[in-house]
Amino acid sequence: MPVTEDRRRIAVRLTALQVGCVVVFAALGISFWFLQIIQNARFEEMAENNHQRTLALRAPRGVLYDRDGRVIVENRHSFTISIVREHTKDLDRTIRLLSAVARLDQKDVKAVVDRHRSEPTYRPIVIIEDASLAQVAAITARRLDFELPDVVVEEVPTRQYPSDGIAAHLFGYVGEVNDAMVEADDTLKSGDLVGQAGIEKIYNALLMGQDGAKRVVVNSLGREIRTLEEEPPTEGKRLQLTIDYDLQKAVEDGFRAAQTAHLTNAGAAVVLDPNTGEVLAFSSEPAYDPNAFAAGIDRATWASLTTDEQKPLNDRAIQGRYSPGSTFKMAVALAGLEEGVITPDFQVHCTGGANFYGRTFKCWKKGGHGTIDLRHAIEQSCDVYFYTVGNMVGVDRINKWAAVLGLGVKTGIDLPNEVTGLVPSTEWKREKMHEKWYAGETISVAIGQGQVSVTPVSMAVYMATLANGGTRVTPHLLKAVDEGAGWKPAPAPPPQSKVDLDPDKLQAIRDGLWMVVNGHGTGGRARIANADVAGKTGSSQVISNEGRVAAGRSTKDLRDNGWFVFFAPRDHPQIAGVVFLEHGIHGANAAGIAHHILDTFFAKQAGRPLPPAPTPADLRFDFVDPYARPAVASVETD
Amino acid sequence: MFERRLYYHIDWALLAGIFALCAIGLAQIFSATGGFTRIYYTQIYGMLLGIFAMGVCLTIDYRSLADKSHLIYLAVLVLLLYVLFFGAVRGGSRRWIDLGVVNLQPSEFAKAVLALVLAKFFGESRRGAITREDLAIAGALTAVPLILIARQPDLGTAVTLIPVAFAIAYVAGMPMRILGILALVGVLVAPVAWKFALKDYQRERISTFLDPAQDAKGAGYQQIQARITVGSGGLWGKGFTKGTQGQLRFLPVAHNDFIFSVLAEEQGFAGVLVTLGLYLFVILRALEAARLAKDRLGAYLVMGVLASFTFQVIYNVTMSAGLAPVKGLTLPLMSYGGSSMIATLAAFGLILNVRMRRFTN
Repeated sequence: MPVTEDRRRIAVRLTALQVGCVVVFAALGISFWFLQIIQNARFEEMAENNHQRTLALRAPRGVLYDRDGRVIVENRHSFTISIVREHTKDLDRTIRLLSAVARLDQKDVKAVVDRHRSEPTYRPIVIIEDASLAQVAAITARRLDFELPDVVVEEVPTRQYPSDGIAAHLFGYVGEVNDAMVEADDTLKSGDLVGQAGIEKIYNALLMGQDGAKRVVVNSLGREIRTLEEEPPTEGKRLQLTIDYDLQKAVEDGFRAAQTAHLTNAGAAVVLDPNTGEVLAFSSEPAYDPNAFAAGIDRATWASLTTDEQKPLNDRAIQGRYSPGSTFKMAVALAGLEEGVITPDFQVHCTGGANFYGRTFKCWKKGGHGTIDLRHAIEQSCDVYFYTVGNMVGVDRINKWAAVLGLGVKTGIDLPNEVTGLVPSTEWKREKMHEKWYAGETISVAIGQGQVSVTPVSMAVYMATLANGGTRVTPHLLKAVDEGAGWKPAPAPPPQSKVDLDPDKLQAIRDGLWMVVNGHGTGGRARIANADVAGKTGSSQVISNEGRVAAGRSTKDLRDNGWFVFFAPRDHPQIAGVVFLEHGIHGANAAGIAHHILDTFFAKQAGRPLPPAPTPADLRFDFVDPYARPAVASVETD
Repeated sequence: MFERRLYYHIDWALLAGIFALCAIGLAQIFSATGGFTRIYYTQIYGMLLGIFAMGVCLTIDYRSLADKSHLIYLAVLVLLLYVLFFGAVRGGSRRWIDLGVVNLQPSEFAKAVLALVLAKFFGESRRGAITREDLAIAGALTAVPLILIARQPDLGTAVTLIPVAFAIAYVAGMPMRILGILALVGVLVAPVAWKFALKDYQRERISTFLDPAQDAKGAGYQQIQARITVGSGGLWGKGFTKGTQGQLRFLPVAHNDFIFSVLAEEQGFAGVLVTLGLYLFVILRALEAARLAKDRLGAYLVMGVLASFTFQVIYNVTMSAGLAPVKGLTLPLMSYGGSSMIATLAAFGLILNVRMRRFTN
C-alpha cells in the first residue's frame, strides 16, 4: 500500500478523533453548566444543609437567693452524652461501643434510642444526663472522630440544690416538659426543663429564661468546626425568697435530731413573719434530693420515691391533713369570747370529766383541774373547760371563728396543690353526709378531735392571726425579683381577711399561751429567756382506742402525732409558726424543736452567735407512749 | 544523541499547558489538604521526578526505544508479577513496590509501555491492511498486563489499557467492521461479566450509580456529595480554600480522585471551563504531534499514550460531577500521586519526543 494513502487514512482518522474529543469536552462543559449554573441554587442549599446546624443553647434557670441575699439554688455545668444519628452508618455498633466505654447496660441504651427513633436524625438523643467525669474522659479519650463519630458530649447548665436536701419541698424540682404542657403553653417546646413542684413550678415562667441558639459549621462527621452566629441564652430571672437560710437550717437540724433519736422522720414546720405573712422557714419531712431530678431522675430512684410508705414526695406542710388536738382550743376560746358567750373570767369546775348529752367525756387529767378560768384552762389544756365552752358556742360559731383565724380554709400560699383542712359545721354535715348535726359531736370538735383536720401551714397562719390581732396574712415566699435591672420588691399578696379582734379578749388567750411555755404548762421546753414565747402543745390520736386494740401487734406506727404552735414575743410578735411531728408522741417533743428554731431566730436578731445544731439529748425527747400499755378509755391527753 | 537543533523543535506550548495543569492541581491539593503538608511536598517531588523522567524520555530517540520495546514490555510484566506476589498492600489491593522513600506503582507505567510495544508492532507491520492475526496478537499483548493489573485488583487502571490498544489499532487502520463486531461482543458479554467477573463491591458501585439514593450513606454517598460539591460551586466558586464540601470532608479523597470536584466548588464554572480548556488544548496539541509524526511508529506511539490520558481525564471529570460510577481513577496531571505524575510526564516526554524528531532521520 502506498505511503501517501497510509498517511491520508491516518489524517482522516486523527481528524475524527479530534472532533470526537471536542464534542466530548463540549458535553462535559454543558454538564457542568447545567449543574453549576442551572441547578446551583438547589445544590447550594444541599451543601448548606450538609454543613450547617442550628443547636439549642439551654438557658440556665434563675438563681434563688434567701432573704439575706445568700445563694441557695444555683446552676452548675454538667455534661450530657448524646448520639446524633445523622451520619451514623452502624447504629448498633455505636450503641455497643458507647455502652462499653461509658459502662452502661447496652439494653438500656438501646431502649432510649428506640424511644426517640422517629425524631429527626440531626436531633441528639441524650443517652447520659449529668455524665460523670470518668465517663466524659473515657469517651473523649476514644478519638471520637474515628471510633465514635456520632457521639457528642455537650455542656449544659443543670440545677444545683443544697447538697443536704434542705427545703426540698419548698424548692420542688425540675423535669422534662410533657406533651400536654407543650400543647397548653406555646412558650414551651418539647425537651424543655420545667418546674414540676414547689417554687420551681409556681414561678416557672420567671425562672425559666430563654433558650439561645447557635448556628455552627460541622464537618462530615458532624463535629463542630466553627460558629457562624450565636444568640446567647437569657438566664432565668433571679428570685429572692422570704426564706431565712439560718432559720431553715435550724428547722431541718431539729428534724434531723428527731430522726437520729429514732423518734420520727416525718413531720412539717412552717415559720412566718406574723405581720407580713413572709415565710421564714418551710419544711416537710421526709424529703427527697431535688438534685436527683435536676438531670433526669433514673427509674430506680423514682420508683423508690413513689413506693416509699412514708411518701417523701408528699408535701406534708400544705398537703397533709391532721387532727389539731389541743392546739385547736384557742379557736374555741376566741369564738366564745368574740360571740360574747364567755369572758376571760368565765370559770368551769373540772372534776376529771363531764357529762354531755348522756355521755361522759373525760379530761386528760385524772381527778380534774378543779375550778379554772380561761387563762389557766389554756395553760393546763383543760378538756372539760373547752367541752363546756364549745357546747355553749355551738359548732357553727366555732367554724366561723376558726375560719377567721385561718383554719379549714386555704392559706393561699404561693406553692402548688395546697389542700384545705376541715372545721365541720351543720351545713357541711348536711351537704356532705345528708345528716343532721348532733350537739354531742360539738364536744369532740371543741378539743380539736372528731372531724377537725388542718394542714400545718394553716396552723402557722392561725398563730400569725392570733399574734397580729386578726389579720389573716397570706403566707408567701417571693420577696423580690431581678428583672435585669436590680432587685425589685415583689408586692406582698393582700391578707385573706381582716377582722378587728377585741384586744382585751385576745390578750387573755395570749396570756394563756404565754403561761403554757412560761408557767406550769406543757410547753416549757420552748421557753427562751426574755423572749416571751407563747405557744401550745397538742397531740392527736391517729387511731381510736378501740382501733388500737383491734390492730393488736400491727407493725404500723400508731403513736400519736405531736404539735407545737407558737408566736413570740407575746406582746409584739415577730415570729409565728408550727412544728408538727408525725407519730412524735407528745406535743412537748415538737416544742423542743421549736425551741431551737426560736433560739436561732432571737440569737440572730440580737447578733449573738447562732446555737449549734441540737443533739437528740439537747431536745430531751419523751418516748413514753401513754398508749403502749393496754388502752384506757381516755379520749384526750395534754 | 541530543542534537542542539532539536531543542528548537520542542513543543513549548504543549509544555506550558501541561505545567499549567500541574500548577492548578498543586494549588487544589494545597487547599484540600490544608496547607503545606507532607502530601503537598510529595506532589512537588513527584513533579520534579516526573520532569526528570520526561527529560529522559525526550532525550532518547523514540525509535531506539521502540527497538528495545519488547525488553521494556517484559520488564514491566515482571514488575507486575512481582507486585502481585510481593507488593505492598494498601486498601486491600497490592499495587505498590515499596522502595522505602517512595512507593512505585508499576501499573501506571504499563500504559506507556503498552503504547510503545503496540506502536512498534503496528508500525513495523509491512502488510498493507491490518489482519485478524495482527489484532489477535495486539489483543494478547494488551490482555496480559491488563489481567495482571486487574488481579491486584485495580480494575480502574486495567481498563485504561483498553483505549491504548483501540486507539492504536484504529489509527493503524483497523477495519470499522471489526470495531463494530467488537462493540457487539462487548454488549453481549457485559451481562455475563456482570455476573461472573465483577466482585460484589464493583457490582454495588455500578448499581448505586444508577440509583444513588438506594444507598445514600454507603456507596451512593460519594456520588451524591460529588454532585452537591460541583453544583454548589456556582459561576465563580466559593473561593480558594473556602469550599465547604471538600474542606469539611463531606467529599472523601478530595486531593486525589475528587480533585476536580473541589476545583469546581472553589473556582466555580469559570475555573472548570479554564481547566477543561487546558486539557482539551493539551489533547488536541498532542494529536497534532501524531499528525506531524515523521513515521507511523511515531504517530501510533503518540496515539497510544494520548488515549489512556484522554480516557482517564474524561472519566475522572465525569465522575467528579457525580455522572459516572465512582472508580479509583485519578485525574492525570492534577490528582495527588507520585507514580501517576511521573508516568504521565514521562508519557508526554514520548509525545514531545515524536514531535521534536519529525525532521530527523
